[in-house]
Amino acid sequence: MSVVTVQLGQCGNQVGQELYDVICCDAQQGQRKPYCKASCERFFRQNTRGDLVARAVLIDMEPKVINRSMRKAAESGRWTYGEASHFSQKQGSGNNWANGFCVHGPRHREVVEELVRREVEHCDRVSGLMALMSVAGGTGSGVGTYVTQCLRDTYPKSFVVNHLTWPYEAGEVIVQNYNSALTLSHLYQLSDAVLVHENDTVHRICSRLLRIKHISFSDVNKVIAHQLGSVLQPALTADSQGVYSRSPVGIDWQVSAPSGAERSRSLTGSSFNTSLANLLILRGKDVYSAETGGFEDPALYTSWLSPDAAFTSWKSPVPFNKYEKSATLVSNSQALLRPLDNMVRNAWNMFASRAYVHQYVRFGISEEDFLDSFTSLEQLVSSYSQLC
Amino acid sequence: MTQSVVVQVGQCGNQVGCRFWDLALREHAHVNKTGVYDEALSSFFRNVDSRKADSGACAVGGRIQHLKARAVLVDMEEGVVNEILQGPLREVFDSTQLLTDVSGSGNNWAVGHMTYGSAYREQIVDKLRKAAEHCDCLQCFFLIHSMGGGTGSGLGTRVLSLLEEEFPDVCRIVTSVYPSAEDDVITSPYNSVLAMNELTEYANCVIPVENQSLVDIVNKIKHMSDGGMAGPVIKKDSTIISGRGGTSGMEKPFDAMNNIVANLLLNITSSARFEGSLNMDLNEIAMNLVPFPRLHYLMPSLTPLYTLADVNVPTRRLDQMFSDAFSKDHQLIRADPKHSLYLACALIVRGNVQVSDLRRNIERLRPSLPFVSWNQEGWKTGLCSVPPVGHSHSLLALANNTCVKSRFIDLRERFTRLYRKKAHLHHYLDVEGMEQSFFSEAVTSLSSLIEEYNQLDATKNKVIHDAPRLSIAT
Repeated sequence: MSVVTVQLGQCGNQVGQELYDVICCDAQQGQRKPYCKASCERFFRQNTRGDLVARAVLIDMEPKVINRSMRKAAESGRWTYGEASHFSQKQGSGNNWANGFCVHGPRHREVVEELVRREVEHCDRVSGLMALMSVAGGTGSGVGTYVTQCLRDTYPKSFVVNHLTWPYEAGEVIVQNYNSALTLSHLYQLSDAVLVHENDTVHRICSRLLRIKHISFSDVNKVIAHQLGSVLQPALTADSQGVYSRSPVGIDWQVSAPSGAERSRSLTGSSFNTSLANLLILRGKDVYSAETGGFEDPALYTSWLSPDAAFTSWKSPVPFNKYEKSATLVSNSQALLRPLDNMVRNAWNMFASRAYVHQYVRFGISEEDFLDSFTSLEQLVSSYSQLC
Repeated sequence: MTQSVVVQVGQCGNQVGCRFWDLALREHAHVNKTGVYDEALSSFFRNVDSRKADSGACAVGGRIQHLKARAVLVDMEEGVVNEILQGPLREVFDSTQLLTDVSGSGNNWAVGHMTYGSAYREQIVDKLRKAAEHCDCLQCFFLIHSMGGGTGSGLGTRVLSLLEEEFPDVCRIVTSVYPSAEDDVITSPYNSVLAMNELTEYANCVIPVENQSLVDIVNKIKHMSDGGMAGPVIKKDSTIISGRGGTSGMEKPFDAMNNIVANLLLNITSSARFEGSLNMDLNEIAMNLVPFPRLHYLMPSLTPLYTLADVNVPTRRLDQMFSDAFSKDHQLIRADPKHSLYLACALIVRGNVQVSDLRRNIERLRPSLPFVSWNQEGWKTGLCSVPPVGHSHSLLALANNTCVKSRFIDLRERFTRLYRKKAHLHHYLDVEGMEQSFFSEAVTSLSSLIEEYNQLDATKNKVIHDAPRLSIAT
């Protein structure tokens, strides 16, 4: 079973490159053969020279980041990107979701679909497609949403996941709340699951847990890639397809993985955070004797779903990335409610004074489109906040 | 990779432009040691092999043959352009990029805008098109001009409207040098107000720079280096006020001032020219900083200006750079942003600065800076890994701040003082195509711009409640 990823925009292409690096390292370094084989089959194909080639399509509206990611991959000496599996233009989307969604996306639809189709045809069996993107910028969010829509149309029965990098609350892109609102309201309809990483949270992991003094984007991306890798790597090697299901409310699977097994305890402490479902992935030593009863507490879940149904654990004695033990939690819960609500509030306040709206209208997104997006996001906020 | 074209109009525009090309070449020479014509160079330079047929353009990746600036030089007198053609930069321009006349605009906006604008319209459009044809993805036009004179102000703004007409999808960033109150051109308030009407109408962004601020900065730098003070010393290779580095060999009186403006342009374009962990494209500037189409005046501040050679704590020096960017002394117009309202703010950082440095400083500075209620997190940041020559890092802040209106109010006052007496008006009305209504329209436009800033300013310090959210039937 294989996964084809589509990396979009600066963030998607940086995270993607780190992700394949983590996966490749984990699979190759001193691992048992079946695991290595399953992991490689999932994420890589082999070219005629026998090199590992990532099952990825790289898309950006400007060339610098893609060139850099491809160069870094080639320099690793372990894997590369397909020579022809990238597409870039010369001029970025300028942080404008409308420019990405209404202009760049449709204009390059055929090229992108062709690249994805070729990558899919390299797979014996496709278990899903994953788009890696940020929600703040123009290309990742705008083109990313458009491409997700195309994937949904072309592969109606396949599992389509989005990995979203949520921007810092302040300071990256001023119109990030608009871009996020437009992205999420569309993905809500399109995606089977949305995995979210908040830059602020990851930044805190870098400073508090990893104690990095001068945190660079590369550090942040490494942590994201690391967590994402631990979720995506085949944990059950015997039958390597993890069981995903469409989440009842629709979106928001939050990955909140600690960097070591010992820290998982604190995550269950916040009982006010009602979960719809949790997935726990344990890897390494003593996984079968690990006490996971805390995750089966009915208080964690909604009244209409029993812990048996809402909680899944995957255990594998194969260590992840040379950790003696590791644990990853993927949670569909109220954890994202706060950032989501903040985003909607900030975007709505801005929209109330119609600031920046003219920049979107220019490319074909009207005030009504904004209102539609706000409506569906308010619905989402309300659904999540009413969980009990 | 995208390309940009610089259009420099009038004496001031051409002088600033020249400093820009000089510094840009130095910067690329510093970074590009291999002599290969790379993507970075291609954004502002063409590589031409004169031995080849038809224009002889060489592709990216080959050796540098002859670098030609992607520029159009326009002046209605010959002095400055001739000087350029005799100077060290003569190689980077060829005659097809130049447009000159002999008689000048006599400090009269109408002569520049109407007379020359009409006479040279075809030629200007032709030269702009040629410059555009040399680009495979034209992203931005940079117009450099002054507001006070006749050519820069009049013809410059005419060129701006031509750009809008011919290339509606290409971003237009205008650097406008505003005259001092004690300007020796008596009609400069007329020229400036007439020009502002055009800027408000046709530019995507305007970066105003004030002569007086430049004078103050240059004086302060000189004072520091001449004063023999123990602490602050201007670094020898800093190119802030002199292309040759340090404060040595101040070439001409205005060179130091023009150099500062050129540095501003160098920083704005840095992310378009070099790699970085957080790219900031030129089209992102207007997208992030212009919430309402007419309010596109972005106050620049540049740091470090007064380089301290021996501060030993690097983080403190870095944090100081961020603090300075918001202090009055570092603004390139005379206004105090801290005591007015920020609509949005961009930080363009160059050099060895990480995202954590950026975050720490934004966190630190944010409490002291008033932002408009609906844009409390109104920060846009860019990180470019290549610092300017002679520095380890640098910062350019572009602020959309209501304090810019104080300059406009000032300008309107000076305009009204002249206009009330109808002083010098006949010089303008004698020009064919010029009508008195242009004056009243221009001043009305300026007043309504000021009023728009006033209305936003009025929201400052008021408790603004969140807009009531959409309610959803559950």
